[in-house]
Amino acid sequence: MDIKIEGITKSYGNQKAVNNISFEVKTGEILGFLGPNGAGKTTTMKMITNYIAISQGDITIGGKSVKKHADDLKKHIGYLPEHNPLYLDMPVMDYLIFCAQLQGVTKKDLNKRLIDMIVLCGLDREKHKKIGELSKGYRQRVGLAQAMIHDPQILILDEPTTGLDPNQIVEIRKLIRELGKAKTVILSTHILPEVEATCDRILIINRGNIVADGTAHSLRNKAQGQEVLKVKIEDAQAPEVLDNLKQLESVFSVTTLDEATNYFQLESQPEKTSKRNIFQLCVDKHWVLTEMTPVETRLEDIFRNLTMN
Amino acid sequence: MKTVWVIAKRELSSFFDSLIAYIMLILFLGFNGFFTWLESGNDVFFSGQASLRGFFSIAFWTLFFFIPALTMRLLAEEKKTGTIELLLTKAVTDRQVVWGKFLAVFILIAIALLLTLPYVFTIDGFALLGYDGLGNLDLSATLSGYLGLLLMSAMYIGIGIFASSINNNQIVAFLMALLIGIFFQFIFGAMAGNATGWLGELFETLSTSAHFESIARGVIDTRDIIFFVSIGWLGLFLAEVSLTKRKVID
Repeated sequence: MDIKIEGITKSYGNQKAVNNISFEVKTGEILGFLGPNGAGKTTTMKMITNYIAISQGDITIGGKSVKKHADDLKKHIGYLPEHNPLYLDMPVMDYLIFCAQLQGVTKKDLNKRLIDMIVLCGLDREKHKKIGELSKGYRQRVGLAQAMIHDPQILILDEPTTGLDPNQIVEIRKLIRELGKAKTVILSTHILPEVEATCDRILIINRGNIVADGTAHSLRNKAQGQEVLKVKIEDAQAPEVLDNLKQLESVFSVTTLDEATNYFQLESQPEKTSKRNIFQLCVDKHWVLTEMTPVETRLEDIFRNLTMN
Repeated sequence: MKTVWVIAKRELSSFFDSLIAYIMLILFLGFNGFFTWLESGNDVFFSGQASLRGFFSIAFWTLFFFIPALTMRLLAEEKKTGTIELLLTKAVTDRQVVWGKFLAVFILIAIALLLTLPYVFTIDGFALLGYDGLGNLDLSATLSGYLGLLLMSAMYIGIGIFASSINNNQIVAFLMALLIGIFFQFIFGAMAGNATGWLGELFETLSTSAHFESIARGVIDTRDIIFFVSIGWLGLFLAEVSLTKRKVID
């Protein structure tokens, strides 16, 4: 089921939490929702799950508007809210059964779904404990289990990996990737490597507006523009290398990183690459090229550039 | 309907898991038992009649205080901890949530009233033995007295759930339920005594005790039933409105 968000706005008093944003998420796509605190991520998710009203615009899921068909749509959505609220006085099993029954899992499938979720989320040893007795990480697993118990078409996960240990994070990411092949997933996070590891597409929002939309790769290209390379050349004198590099027609600028080891960083002319030229230069001069690394703009830098005002 | 039952079942097991149910049952039976059987001047033996009228008028007040204690956490706690978000984004409607919670408390009250059935058998037994010339137990009046208590409970549960829906502090919800309840329970009745004409009639119509007393006497009048059911329903409806408000108003 595709999710289509058309010009939604949400205002709290005079403040616009979400300001006229539109995007689409297709089946089989995992969308990473990034943004600083208070950017409007959670508000958008709450509107998709029809928990709060949409001030303007509309959201359609599988062609149906959430304003009109919320009760039909809810059983296709698995939702993990921010802060993961749970009934602390309930045992894990009872809670999962409760959620499954509310979401209309049939008696026939109930046992299988329960076992699947317990195994998938690693809850086997804790399944008879009360939720209130569990640590934060285990509660997070219960939160994920309840979101997926009815095998929903759409998963909305608000910071799904907070409180998990590194092993669990890897497993949950793998799980989300797996699920994302056949389902529509939107997840929000502050952890940038997580978006790269799990998401097909990244959406950065700031102060209620979309500031970037694309794959990690395309965002990098856009942010960077020119090729940046780090090169290390041996069997040569630093000043001579510097001069020769500067004379290459594709090179825009060169800076010396370390004179002792002949380590340079060079920036190419827009839309040109210097890799072949550098190699050819070294061949001609009988120098040894020991390192040539493309420098990628880190996602953190892109994020900072877009969201720092 | 199935969804309402799933919600009610969870709520009931939460009552029994957290001891609230047991404490409520013990207190309810303790209070009623004491005033029905032991307290001199007002008890069954003193009245010299094989009737449960004494018990009904005590339960009329004990339920009035116990019900807000049971309903206060139903929505207020969920709003405070945020679990309401998880519940309402499941495939349930706001109405099903409200009715599920109503049903849970209603069942708990029904269990409490069921546990007072030994009173009926005991008094009936006395009557059969000709003890102190109590006379025979009026079975139909007894049944309609229980019906009256159930109807009155339904009304106060509705009010209690409404009070719990409009804020997220349990104590405030408890006090607010009592505040709204005391008008029906006592104040309207007292005002009916002081006012005359149509105003007096209006207050009389809104007074719980007037309706309850006629049912407890064994007179089942549709107007009394309509009164309890409509006030209870209004409470649930307003609770639903206060939940749904989030989706309608910014």
